[in-house]
Amino acid sequence: MGILEGERVTKYFGGLTAVHSVDFTIDQGEIVGLIGPNGAGKTTLFNLISGALPTTIGEIRYKDRKITSLKPNQICKRGIARTFQLVKLFGNMTVLENVLLGSLFGTSRDIDESDAKRESLELLEFVGLSAARATPAKDLTLANQKRLEVVRGLATKPELLLLDEMMAGLNPTEVTQAMELVTRIRDKGITIFMIEHVMKAIMNVCDRIMVLDHGVKIAEGTPQEITTNKKVVEVYLGE
Amino acid sequence: MSIVSVIHKRAFTLGLLFLGLILLATIPLYIPPYPVISLTSIIMYTIITVSWAIFSGPTRYISLASAAFFGVGVYTSAMLGEVFPLPVVIACGGLVSFILALFIGLLTLRLRGMYFIIFTFGVSELIRHFLLWWETNFTGTVGRWVVAADHTTVYYGMVVIFVVLLLTAYLIRRSKYGLALRSIGEYEEAAVHIGINVTVSKTITFAISAFFMGAAGAIMATRWTYIDPSIAFNPLFSFMPVLMAIFGGVGHLYGPILGAALFAYLEEILITKFPYYYMLLFGTILIVVILFLPSGLVGLIGKWRKGGPEG
Repeated sequence: MGILEGERVTKYFGGLTAVHSVDFTIDQGEIVGLIGPNGAGKTTLFNLISGALPTTIGEIRYKDRKITSLKPNQICKRGIARTFQLVKLFGNMTVLENVLLGSLFGTSRDIDESDAKRESLELLEFVGLSAARATPAKDLTLANQKRLEVVRGLATKPELLLLDEMMAGLNPTEVTQAMELVTRIRDKGITIFMIEHVMKAIMNVCDRIMVLDHGVKIAEGTPQEITTNKKVVEVYLGE
Repeated sequence: MSIVSVIHKRAFTLGLLFLGLILLATIPLYIPPYPVISLTSIIMYTIITVSWAIFSGPTRYISLASAAFFGVGVYTSAMLGEVFPLPVVIACGGLVSFILALFIGLLTLRLRGMYFIIFTFGVSELIRHFLLWWETNFTGTVGRWVVAADHTTVYYGMVVIFVVLLLTAYLIRRSKYGLALRSIGEYEEAAVHIGINVTVSKTITFAISAFFMGAAGAIMATRWTYIDPSIAFNPLFSFMPVLMAIFGGVGHLYGPILGAALFAYLEEILITKFPYYYMLLFGTILIVVILFLPSGLVGLIGKWRKGGPEG
């Protein structure tokens, strides 16, 4: 039984079909990759799951309960956290405050402020940002900003984490560190659904990969299956 | 920075606050009535500015509806002044504004940036013109008389509202909702995705800020004794708090207080000393402040504290 299930998920923007009748299942404890060319509808699918956009047709269920009509804050409280393709941090607030907000308003109800602070500090330690805790978020390097966004998501104590191009714009060393972070998060028992263009990362880290093209799911399988899939190769390399 | 010096600083701030309160509470005993009346209007402006900053400061939603909430308080006072004792009238003024703000909030807080500013300005103009239309067509008179209160009562009423407001602003700022409001101002889309109910947070804060504007309007009406829609809903009540808060600096709680107090005082002085050039001087000072002190007077104080010209 999947932790997240989508059934005929469809999104129209006016006349444009961004996501077309996509069925998917994410199982508990998996790392699932979502790939596809630009404009394939990957981020739109994330926006539908996290409630940023309303789904036109179809249903998304999280732990067997329908979440399609919920607001983003309600979906977060159910246990789904996300990051953004272009980082959306609270730039003038400190690193600690960014994480603290996640901890105070995420899935926990009535958390004590000192507990929230302790948790946030532990999480910053976990990703190695402790030293920067008093720095305004906007002054961090891109790699650290992306990392901070992940921690802010983790602070909401999710069971499912949606990562939208966490590795875009990072150098090879930073990519390796990010990959390591993803597996460490999974080891905490958090299921991960990630959009990624860095093939090395996706092939190494993911248990399973879904491929979208023009809003349609064209393939799904293990990294080995995907690399040999004829349709996928066509989409990426042309015929 | 040791713990001792932190405690020391806190004790100092508290002491200063306490001293200020005693001064505010006893001032009518040893100064003549006219300065007390000017002081009342200075406190009134401070109340409107600080309540404006409760909402607009952290969220960066610039509201130009202050005149609407103030004016609604004024009118509530005019209508209920003969029926209820003054404290009840003030509370009612605040409450009516609170409810109006909830309503406006639910309608408009989906708007952002320029659209929100224009809409809030439109709302206060709409209410003003609606009242004007209503009064001429149904009541038959444009203005109304308000049951007068003597100037010390008005003064103390203002001081009480001011103290409650400061306490509220302080508590909001240091609570987790204060942090949430700031995150809305920083990146609303991210705030909603980490579980913050932004609609509720914004609407309630907007309404709390309106409560104090309404309360201030309700008591101010008893000093004016005669009101009409253009007095009660004067657009200046919408623009002044924004200017005063920017003048003082919105980053800290004391910024808007300082800004409003100094600004209102400056206005009094300029009006009496230079009645012909008042607006000219006022405008010049404002431009200088905005150009050279982007974070207001508070920013200037911060620079002094650091002590370096590089600041």
